[in-house]
Amino acid sequence: MGKKLRVGIFSFTGDEGCVITFVEILNYKIRDWADKVDFVHARVLRNKNDMADIDVSFVEGAIASDKDRRKLLEIRENSKKVVAIGTCAISGAPSNHRNFFDEATREEIRPILQQFQHLEKVQPLNAFVRVDAVVPGCPIIEPTFVKVMENYLKEFGVT
Amino acid sequence: MSHQQDLDITIDQISKIEGHAEIDVKIRSGEVQEVKLKVNENKRFYEQAVRGRPFHTVPQLVSRICGTCSVAHLNCSLEAVEKAVDITISDQSRLFRQLTMDGLMIRDHAMHLYLFSLPDVLGKDSVLDLEGPEKELLHQAFHVKSAGNALSKMILGRAIHGIYSQVGGYSVAPTTEQIQPVIKELRDVRPYVLDLLQIYLDCPFDFRRTTHNVALVSDQYDYLDGMIHSSRGLCVHEEHYGEHLTRVVIPYSQSAGYEFEGMDYMVGALPRMNLNRAALHPHTIRDAKKFISVFPSNNIFHNNLAQGIEILHGIDHALDILEGADFKKEAAVQPAPLPKNTDSTGVAVIEAPRGNLYYMVSIKPDGSIQYANIVTPSAQNQINMEDDLKLLVTEHLDKSKEKITFEMEKLIRAYDPCFSCASHFLKVNWT
Ligand code: SF4
Repeated sequence: MGKKLRVGIFSFTGDEGCVITFVEILNYKIRDWADKVDFVHARVLRNKNDMADIDVSFVEGAIASDKDRRKLLEIRENSKKVVAIGTCAISGAPSNHRNFFDEATREEIRPILQQFQHLEKVQPLNAFVRVDAVVPGCPIIEPTFVKVMENYLKEFGVT
Repeated sequence: MSHQQDLDITIDQISKIEGHAEIDVKIRSGEVQEVKLKVNENKRFYEQAVRGRPFHTVPQLVSRICGTCSVAHLNCSLEAVEKAVDITISDQSRLFRQLTMDGLMIRDHAMHLYLFSLPDVLGKDSVLDLEGPEKELLHQAFHVKSAGNALSKMILGRAIHGIYSQVGGYSVAPTTEQIQPVIKELRDVRPYVLDLLQIYLDCPFDFRRTTHNVALVSDQYDYLDGMIHSSRGLCVHEEHYGEHLTRVVIPYSQSAGYEFEGMDYMVGALPRMNLNRAALHPHTIRDAKKFISVFPSNNIFHNNLAQGIEILHGIDHALDILEGADFKKEAAVQPAPLPKNTDSTGVAVIEAPRGNLYYMVSIKPDGSIQYANIVTPSAQNQINMEDDLKLLVTEHLDKSKEKITFEMEKLIRAYDPCFSCASHFLKVNWT
C-alpha cells in the first residue's frame, strides 16, 4: 500500500453539523477513501488520536474561547494545510450571535463569558491562523468537500 | 490489584460523542471524593439570539443549535410556534413530520450504534479499524445511515438543517419517483438492523442504578405527540412539563442540569422502550420480539438495544406511510391574527433521539419573539450521568486507572449524549 493522506477533523464552537455532514459523506465515499485516507485525528470516529504531522486538517466551528484559540494554533503548527469547513469557521456565523447583542443582553451573558474564559468576540479561523482552503455552507456543501479532499489527494501524490 | 488510594483522572475530551465534554475524578484514601462531568461546549446563546426575531424565522435559526438532531429542533420549535399562533397543520404535514422523525432516529441512532458504540463492543478503537468479516459491518453502518438520510432528505431537502419545512406546512411534497428509491433503501437495510440488534443483545456490558425514567407515551410510539409519563406513575401534559423540572446550575459545566420532581432522572431510548414498547409498530413487535422482551430494564447499556429497536420501528413505520402514498403540494396554513394586548405562548415537548426536548416560546403582538426557553435531552440527563459515574468509579476502585477511564467513557457513550445541544440555558446565578 502506498502513502495515505493524513487527515484531521476538528470541531470548535458550532453545532457539529459540518462534521456530521462529513460522516454522511462517508456513506458513499468510504469505500473509495478507505485505502487513501488515514483519519489520524477525528474524535468523532476514534479515541486514540494523533496530532503530529497532519497533511490536511478540516476545521469546523468558530473560535469563541481562549482554549479554542490555543488549540487552533496547535492544529496549524502540526498541519501542512488547514481547511475551514462551514460558515462558522469561515465567517463566525451563525455561532457568533453574541457579537451583535445589545448592551443589556451582553450584561446578561457576561458571567458565563467570564466563568469560561470566552473571547470578547466570536471569531472565524482566519482571525488567528492562515487558512488554505474553504468549504462553504451551513452545513458544508457535500460535493465541494469531496472536491477539496480529492484535490489534496492529488497534490500530495496519493493515488 | 489493591484498592486505588489516591488517584486523579482527567478525561479531557470524551471521544465518539456529539460535542465536547470532560470528566474529572478525584480519589483520596480509597474514597471517591469527586466526579465531575463538565460540558465544555461553548455556549452560543440561541435563547437570547431569537429574541426580537419574527416568529417564522425561528425554526431555521434554532435548527443550528444541533447538527445531528437539527430535525428535532426544527419540529419542536415549529410545534411551539404553531401553538402560539393558533395553527393546526394538515394531516399530510403531520405525516411528513413523523417521517422526518423516523429518518432522524434511523440516521442518528445508526451513527451512535455503529460508529460510536460498536468499537467498544468489538474491542476496537474505531469502526474504521474493523478487519476481515467484521469489515462488512462498516459498510452496513453507512448503508443504514444513508437510508435514514435519504428519508429526511426526501421530505426536507437535506438531512441537516432541512429547508422545505416552514411554519404551517411544507414548501415541497415528494413525488412518487422520489419515494420509490427511498422505499427500496429502507427495505434493503432492514435485515442489517436485526443483525445489529443481535450484537447488542449478546453484549455483556452491564451497569445498573435505579433511577427515574421519563418519556412521551402515545398509542403509536409517536415521537411528536402523547403524554409525558414517568416510571413512578406520573402523567403530565406537555404544557405543564416545565413545572415539574428544576434547573440546577452546575458551576463547572457550560450546561445546566435538571431534576424532575426533585430527583435525578433519565430520558432517551431506554426510558421510551421501558414505558411505551407496547405501542411499537406491529412488524417491529413481530420480528424483534426477543429483543423487546429484555425490557423493562435498568441496565444503561440497554439504551443501545432500545435505539436499535427504534431504527427498526422507524423503518416499519415509514414504509407503512410511504407504500402507496400520493402526496400533494399544499399551501402552508396561515396563522390567526395575533392578539393586540398580550403575548401568545406555545409549548411543545417532543422525543428527540436522546430524549425529550422542550420548547416554550412567547410571541409579542407584533410577531416578534419575546422569550424562548429550550430544555434539551442531554442537559436533562447530565445529573443522572454524573450520579452513574460516581457509582461506577466506586464499584471499580480495585481496577487500574486505564480500566476506570475506559469504563467511564463507555458508560457515557451508552447515553449517546449530545453536548452541542446541552449548553443552552437562560440565566446563571453563580453562588
Ligand atoms: S456552519 Fe452551520 S452546520 Fe456547520 S457547524 Fe456551523 S452551524 Fe453547524
